[in-house]
Amino acid sequence: MSDEPDPSSQDDFDARLRAAQAKRPKRTEKSDRYARGGGLALAFRIGVELVSALIVGVGIGILLDRWLGTTPWMLLLFFVLGSAAGILNVFRAMGGYGYGAGYRRPDNEGDRAGRDRRHD
Amino acid sequence: MAETAGHGGGHSPLAQFEIHQIVPIKIGGVDVSFTNSSLLMVIAVALATLFLMLGMRRGALVPGRWQSAAEVTYEFVAGLFRETVGQEGRRFFPFVFTLFLFILFGNMLGLMPYSFTFTSHIIVTFALAAVVFVGVTIVGFAKHGLRFFTFFVPPGAPILMWPLLIPIEVISYLSRPISLSVRLFANILAGHTLLKVIAGFVAVLGVAGVLPLAVVVALTGLEMLIAFLQAYVFAILTCLYLNDALHLH
Repeated sequence: MSDEPDPSSQDDFDARLRAAQAKRPKRTEKSDRYARGGGLALAFRIGVELVSALIVGVGIGILLDRWLGTTPWMLLLFFVLGSAAGILNVFRAMGGYGYGAGYRRPDNEGDRAGRDRRHD
Repeated sequence: MAETAGHGGGHSPLAQFEIHQIVPIKIGGVDVSFTNSSLLMVIAVALATLFLMLGMRRGALVPGRWQSAAEVTYEFVAGLFRETVGQEGRRFFPFVFTLFLFILFGNMLGLMPYSFTFTSHIIVTFALAAVVFVGVTIVGFAKHGLRFFTFFVPPGAPILMWPLLIPIEVISYLSRPISLSVRLFANILAGHTLLKVIAGFVAVLGVAGVLPLAVVVALTGLEMLIAFLQAYVFAILTCLYLNDALHLH
């Protein structure tokens, strides 16, 4: 706090604001690694991503079977789809695509601005 | 000895997760009792509120210790939110901040001796994750209308592949609340069980119990890190999901 310029001088406020904004941390590979935690946390996360999609797939399969009376075909189909979704989750989590759907890397501001323009 | 153990008198490492009724309430045959879990939630909310209200009471230009802590917490989540969601999601920031503080205080309070960790119950974390999931989906529909469904179509994929890819994307989307809740719940549950198991060795081993005691001390530090990290992960994932819903892909 003490190394900041004299707050009473308002002239260079814009310059200081720009400097502060430039100092703002960007979402980087490093912050991603921080979010991932250590090796064990990483392994655990992969497991959760894989299994949660499988749970959803199998759940949908069982419900559809019960509803349509097609035991066990929907279960078999959605088991495979759920496994694929699990692998997709893992691929996204590890490929630097973040946790979101879609295939765009959540990297820098320019990318986000470009994405906004594209949708306008 | 066996009787107390049978009643979960603190000997089982899992006894710490038991729910006790404090004020039994029944409404229309549904048990809505005030339990130790509810009590800890109320304490977490009260402490989080006190922390911020008292910290910012004076709003001094040069912050004191308490105000600094409150400001650092706010700045931390605000920075996280700014870099993942951006300006257009600004009005959802209070929700993310509240969520972060609630989980953080819940995890930290659970580390106190004789306390209870409400985030170690899957139903609690799943309810939180479900609120996030449903809320984010509503935000997506409100912002994009039916165009939200293009979210499930991978860009550039041939139409022939759509019948295969769309169910996979939908399942992947539906798996979000599960992975979100299981990650928090399992981390906290495993950590607390491990602490209790190792602490159980301390008394049993006598003088050699110093060793597990040292491990417990180290583990408590690790648990504090995990308590913070899991609240952070929950908040950042909420931000990322929100960003997805606001921008599609």
